[in-house]
Amino acid sequence: MFDFLNNNKVRFILFQLIVIAIVLYIGYNAINNLGFNIERLGIRSGFDFLDTRAGFGISEYFIDYTIDSSNLQVFYVGLINTLVVSVIGIILASILGLIIGIARLSKNYLISRLANAYIELFRNIPILLQILFWYNLALSVLPSPRNSMALFDAIFLNLRGIYLPKPIAEDGFIWVFVALIVGIVAMFINKRRFAKKRDETGIRTNTIGYSLLFVIALPSVVYFAIGAPMHFDYPSLQGFNFKGGIAFSPEFLALVLALSIYAATYIAEAIRSGIESVDQGQTEAALAMGLSYTQTLKLVLLPQAFRVAIPPIINQYLNLTKNSSLAAAIGYADLVGVFAGTVLNQVGQAIEVLLMTMAVYLTISLIISLILNIVNHRMRIIGLNP
Amino acid sequence: MNKLLQFSVASLLAVTGFSASADTLSDVRSKGILSCGVSTGLAGFSSVDKHHKWTGLDVDFCKAVAAATLGDSSKVKYIPLTGKERFTALQGGEIDILSRVTTWTQTRDTSLGLNFAGVIYYDGQGFMVKKNSGIKDASELGGATFCVNEGTTTELNLADYAKSEGFSYKLATTDTIAQTKSNFELGRCDVLTTDQSRLYALRTTLKDPSSAIVLPNIISKEPLAPVVRQGDNKWFNIVRWTLNAMLTAEELGVTSANVDKASNNSEINRLLGHTGTMGKNLGLDKKWSYHIIKQVGNYSEIFERNIGVNTPINISRGLNALWTKGGIMYSPPFR
Repeated sequence: MFDFLNNNKVRFILFQLIVIAIVLYIGYNAINNLGFNIERLGIRSGFDFLDTRAGFGISEYFIDYTIDSSNLQVFYVGLINTLVVSVIGIILASILGLIIGIARLSKNYLISRLANAYIELFRNIPILLQILFWYNLALSVLPSPRNSMALFDAIFLNLRGIYLPKPIAEDGFIWVFVALIVGIVAMFINKRRFAKKRDETGIRTNTIGYSLLFVIALPSVVYFAIGAPMHFDYPSLQGFNFKGGIAFSPEFLALVLALSIYAATYIAEAIRSGIESVDQGQTEAALAMGLSYTQTLKLVLLPQAFRVAIPPIINQYLNLTKNSSLAAAIGYADLVGVFAGTVLNQVGQAIEVLLMTMAVYLTISLIISLILNIVNHRMRIIGLNP
Repeated sequence: MNKLLQFSVASLLAVTGFSASADTLSDVRSKGILSCGVSTGLAGFSSVDKHHKWTGLDVDFCKAVAAATLGDSSKVKYIPLTGKERFTALQGGEIDILSRVTTWTQTRDTSLGLNFAGVIYYDGQGFMVKKNSGIKDASELGGATFCVNEGTTTELNLADYAKSEGFSYKLATTDTIAQTKSNFELGRCDVLTTDQSRLYALRTTLKDPSSAIVLPNIISKEPLAPVVRQGDNKWFNIVRWTLNAMLTAEELGVTSANVDKASNNSEINRLLGHTGTMGKNLGLDKKWSYHIIKQVGNYSEIFERNIGVNTPINISRGLNALWTKGGIMYSPPFR
């Protein structure tokens, strides 16, 4: 009667169905149980809390926020703080990782050993400890606001953070911006012109001088020609703290520093493995053809190395973004700190708040994965005989 | 394979069968131990002493509940919680009672699925500053940076206070009390603000306690209360009357030292279970409050032992004195 169970195909499908049934059963019960318990315990539920007044202060924000803002605004403040830290961290980690990765392969013994020591040191210490270390170190060595370290009386560094002059555009500044865009376009046209010349005649021209002329000199000339339509808001010490200018807190600085130093070790290793994946013969051939070592690196090694290195590098970007949630440990006002922390505690609706927070990280991760897939697709090796 | 099957069945039961039991007393009795949520370290209220034992006012309250329900004040498992973890831990059933300097507010009482079982300490939010800042009053704090603990009523009170006084301020928000204190010591902020009792407690743990002063201003009411889950009235009654028993014992002059002495006072006899059915009414042994007072002490004893004027924390009774002595501590009668 149960002979059909001996059929492989039937068994295959049957087991799949059983697994699906079990998963659905567990999921259904978990949700049901949750709803039952919430109701039984009289815990408020739903998303109404997003519209209610937050009522607490936030230490650092890049968009408008007052204590009368809604909890939804807190969500945006936290989200933007998370994104700012992640983006700046990713940029710094990439630059640092590239330098260390190349230094790791340097023929200079001291440089390569130093780069190696850097990687082994920072890669093998948990990131949370590094964040706490940089934060407490910063607080221990930085001076009080009254004894700030100052640079040209415009940039100040103290226990409360770093204060920079804030540029404020006046009427007409838009033309400087236009000039900059024109300059950038001109730079590319110019580069293409000389690339064409190189292809036709074989004569290389260094275009850096032209580029600077277009991108820096042109907007500068426009800026002064229309009467310097910009002024700076300088930070100044008033009472307890500096006022004015742009300020970044020590929490922000420690977090960005720790995240980029940590991610840079992995990026450096990815770059190194990328470079090492390119056959030694190619370097020798390039050098034999008369390219300098820098040219070899720039024209032969790195373009091929990136193909191998970019997938792991983008994974590190993903990790860095996720690790930024450790900000809560030092009190940087990121999404986890202000929304999944303070808001959760004030309204007590853990499930709704955490679901929203998880959805944000999931979305960011999926977007980065998508970018990775596109890059992978575009950088795949295209065979000579398709 | 067999192990795997057992594991699967166990996890299936764990997910589907989970529903925090409505009867906390039976749970505690069958476990034989009381799970008590305390702070991550706050001298005088709940902290680990040099013998690695938990001590403090909040800890003694956990012990009192254990004495009442299990007859042994040492049967307590202490679970240190940060400000933002505490309510979830209680809602989820990880702890049986939250005894962790928690302010009783309308919103918390009505929307978290929790109940506050009477006030163990009447507190108010205050400010601590460095002595060399020269600040003498909260009116001089405009523009200052404040260190606050994340997920507390402190954040809300400070925001309201600054708004009504019309001053601007900056924040350095941290997760743990230890980091808040270290930030204040290192100068990350000018002012540390939290409940005043806590300021005194923190001050004693500074490297140089005399370098900081607590300002006289109080900007909020902070009645600190033990918390239980809503919906278990039996357990709620036990916790509430544990506190009342300690207050009544103080009022009647019953201490851990003289509790064994026979008395002619009929309220003492009712309190200690020599007459009446008070223990039975609570679902407890008739010597429940005898255990509390014998093993832990009355309210005055736990106050003076942990935070009183003869401790480094040095807080006088003030509002927390009995109603008969100028304070507002008042227990309904044992009748």
